[in-house]
Order: sequence, then structure tokens, then C-alpha cells
Amino acid sequence: MISRNVEKIPPSGIRKFFELVIGADDVISLGVGEPDFVTPWEIRESAIYSLERGYTSYTSNYGLLGLREAISDQVYEKDGTFYDPEREILITCGVSEAYDLAIRTITDPGDEIIVVEPCYVSYQPCVTLSGGEPISLPTSMEDGFVPTSEEIEQRITDKTKAIVISYPNNPTGATMNKKRMEEIADIVSEYDLILISDEVYGDLTYNEKHVSFSSLNGMKDRTILLNGFSKAYAMTGWRIGYLAANEEIVDGAVKIHQYSMICAPIISQMAAIEAIVSGEKGKMEMIREYNRRRRMVVKRLNEMGLDIFEPKGAFYAFPSIKEYSGSEEFSERLLREKRVAVVPGNAFGECGEGFVRISYAASRETIIEAMDRIGAFLESLKR
Amino acid sequence: MDEILEILEDNARVSYREIADMIDLDEEEVKKKIDEYLERGVIKKFKTVIDWEGAGEEKVYAVVDVKISPERGKGYDLIAKKISNFPQVKEVYLLSGEYDLSVLVKGENMKEIAFFISDKLATIDRVYHTTTHFILKKYKEHGEILFEKERNHRQVVSP
Repeated sequence: MISRNVEKIPPSGIRKFFELVIGADDVISLGVGEPDFVTPWEIRESAIYSLERGYTSYTSNYGLLGLREAISDQVYEKDGTFYDPEREILITCGVSEAYDLAIRTITDPGDEIIVVEPCYVSYQPCVTLSGGEPISLPTSMEDGFVPTSEEIEQRITDKTKAIVISYPNNPTGATMNKKRMEEIADIVSEYDLILISDEVYGDLTYNEKHVSFSSLNGMKDRTILLNGFSKAYAMTGWRIGYLAANEEIVDGAVKIHQYSMICAPIISQMAAIEAIVSGEKGKMEMIREYNRRRRMVVKRLNEMGLDIFEPKGAFYAFPSIKEYSGSEEFSERLLREKRVAVVPGNAFGECGEGFVRISYAASRETIIEAMDRIGAFLESLKR
Repeated sequence: MDEILEILEDNARVSYREIADMIDLDEEEVKKKIDEYLERGVIKKFKTVIDWEGAGEEKVYAVVDVKISPERGKGYDLIAKKISNFPQVKEVYLLSGEYDLSVLVKGENMKEIAFFISDKLATIDRVYHTTTHFILKKYKEHGEILFEKERNHRQVVSP
């Protein structure tokens, strides 16, 4: 009954783990890939106000022009890249939809898409569903979880269409420095490829300011920039994101979007405008708090003697647990024996095996308690 | 702004160790800095925000608007200090506009507050007018919302 394409893709490794956790209400969780803050009140209040004024209709397929203009201004201010709000920005239902659109817009059957791993769970499956061939590019802790341009070049064939990259990264917390970005940009240009850059964690960096791929020389035309409001403004449930690219790509993406989604919910679009207008302060406060938790988690994991790469963005730590066991066994035992949920690293690609993802988007009390329990768990494993 | 102050303003019970971990200092340094703040009077005191009604204790509060004819050379400060000295007085602010001082008074009951105002506050030299507003309900105090806490409804594990 089910298509071969759908049959081919595995269910998300996170889903599997979720089934284990569900129903156990004494579990403390560092397994959540979304902010623990609720959406700042100004944003929620403005959504309520727009409902009161009767904003309940469809919008343009592209999304409200007011929101596209606000995004265009924000991107220009941050990166100095200008996207024409009328032609080069498409409002989507979260970055997940934006990614799916990007892949479906550019992929012909048999096209190869290089996916840098470990990465978000949908990157490979969406390629497969579009009839494309996902090509894994594993990265390692030793290399700071970023690929080199040589590693990319080795995987390029005459079928290669695009590269998918996401920094700051989920699940590793890695960021990419500008020099490496430029090297990769050169390869993308040289082989006439498209770069899909998911920058949904772009605002969440703790040492250096995030640089957008599209801001690099000559890259705007080759980049599909994906971003959204979920992480930076704690708006995951609003499902609101965007795709910014050249007119040709956005035109293509709009075709799919109009036949599948029509438009993103107007209420979320109204809220997103408010987020840009008045959400900056709330955002900065959340980022400062994430940073405190980040330092806390890194320090504690270090003290436990875990091999950990210092995360510089997003809200994840990705310690190696290789010396103890495999990712899944470790996570399952930690859950069973100490009632702490983390996500096995192999849910984010094969090279995530031997790691677990720890989300510090949780209250400090939760983090401290979880760290105590993980410490005790490691001690019990050593015995 | 020092992050230590920001952290403590939100929660005075955070341990030295916890602060140290959060801002990448060692415990000793954090303790030293906090002691310095205490000594300099930057940190006045560590107190607790209590919802007395929730604790089953009834306390009565009133905001009193006070008009003053200021003293030559000393302005409002001397009178304000006099008022501040009363233990019943919890907060005193100099305001722009129709009134000069806003004074928060705490008492066991309305009678006690009314008596304090008529007997002590209104009779201070140069205080020529007071208006008393009894507080009927507190919704937010010291930046803390006194309603039931809002909760995030996240799933336990998500990508």
C-alpha cells in the first residue's frame, strides 16, 4: 500500500526513543530540542490582539508582505545581505517545511545531495522522498564537527546538486568559522552547486557572532537560507519560518507551498512580525541564560571525565560516551536506571554513534539534578 | 552589568558554586565579589518574595500619596528620610506630577494603617496633604507574578 520511497526511509531514531520515555512521568529530560521558555508575552499578546481584530484569513502564498519586509530588514541589518521582500522571501510553516520545499524545489530523481552529519533528523529522509540520493558527510569531534572543503570535494560527482549544512548545529552545538565557510563557498561556486543553509540557531551563539553563508562574496545567489522563529524567540509551536533565495528558487518553492500548505497560519505570521519588532530584548535575555547553562553543563560533564567538545552555539552539548557503551544502550540504561532522558547521538546520523545529545534548554534545577544523576550513573558503570 | 548581580537579582539562593559554574569563575572569586558588593552596599540585602495571602496570613497594604512643601536647601530629602524611618513604611519614592511622595505602608489591619497615617505621617511638619489607597489585591510584586506559574507544555523528547 505504501510507496517504495516511503518504505525506504527509517522512522526517526528519536521517535523510537520517545516511545520508551512516554508514560514515565518521573523522568527528568535533557532530551528536548526546543526552548523551555514560553513565547515572550508581547508576542503572545499581539497574536491575541490580531485575532480580536479579525485576522483569521489566508494570506498571500508568499506570506504577509509586512512580515517579509520585516525579515528582509532584519537579515540586512544582521548580515548586510538584501533579499527583495516581494520576490526572494517565502514564509513557511517552520524551518522544517522550508527545508522540505528547498529539497523538493531543486531535486530531480537521481540527484545527489551532500548532507553534513550529525544533523537534524529530516535532512536525509526529505532527500529520499524527493527521489534524490542523500550522500552522508560525517564529521568528527576531533575536527570540531565541521567538514573540510576537501571532504566535500571528495564526495562531489557529476550528479551532485547541493550541500546541506546547519551551523550552529543541532545536535553538536558546533559553529563554523568564517575562514572554513569561505573555503566551502569556493567549492560550491567552483562546482556550480547550491548550498542549503539551515540557520535556525543562528542567533544562539555564545562566543562569536554568527555569519550567514549568503553574506559571503557571491554566495547569495547560490544559497538557500532557511531560518525561523522557533528557537530564537521560543516560538516552536507557532510553526513559522522562512526560505530566502534567488527569485527562481523562491518561485519554484512557492509552487509547492501553494499546492500543499497554501500559506503559513496568519496568526503566527502576525506574531512573527511582533517578534521582530519587539522581541529583541527577550531574545537577548534568553541567550544570556542559555549561556550560563551551557557553561554549567560543560563544566559538569568535564568534571565527570567525559570527552566533550565545547559547544559554541544552539543549546546542546554532545559528549562522547564511547568508553562506556553505544549511544542507544547508554541512553536506555540512563533512562531506566537514573530516570534521565538524553537523545542517543546516532539518531542524528551514523557518525553520531558513541555520543549523546544533552539539551540545556531546561531549568537550572533540572540541569543540576540531571548532572548529579548522570555523574552517579557513570560511577556505577565504572564499577 | 555584572552577571552575578543579574543572577542574584532573580534568585538570591543560587549557591556560589552554581554561580561560578555559570559564569566561568571559581567559587572563591564569586564569594569575594559578592562580599565586596555587600560591603559597598550595592547589594543591600537578601530577602524573600512571599505571597502572604497564599500563606494564610492577612496583611494590609496602602499606597499613600503625600504632598510636601519642600525645605529650602534640602528639598524633599529630609522629609522623605523622616518618613522612611518608620518601620511600617516599606517603600518611599519621589514622584513627578500631582503628588510628591508615594509611600507604601504595611500593617496588620486597616485601622492600624489609618491610625499610623493620621497620627504619624500626616502630622509631620511640611506634609500638607495625604491620600490613602488601600491595596485590594496583589498581582505582581518585585517582578514576580503572583498567579499560578505558567508552564511549558513540551514533550519529553523531541528532535
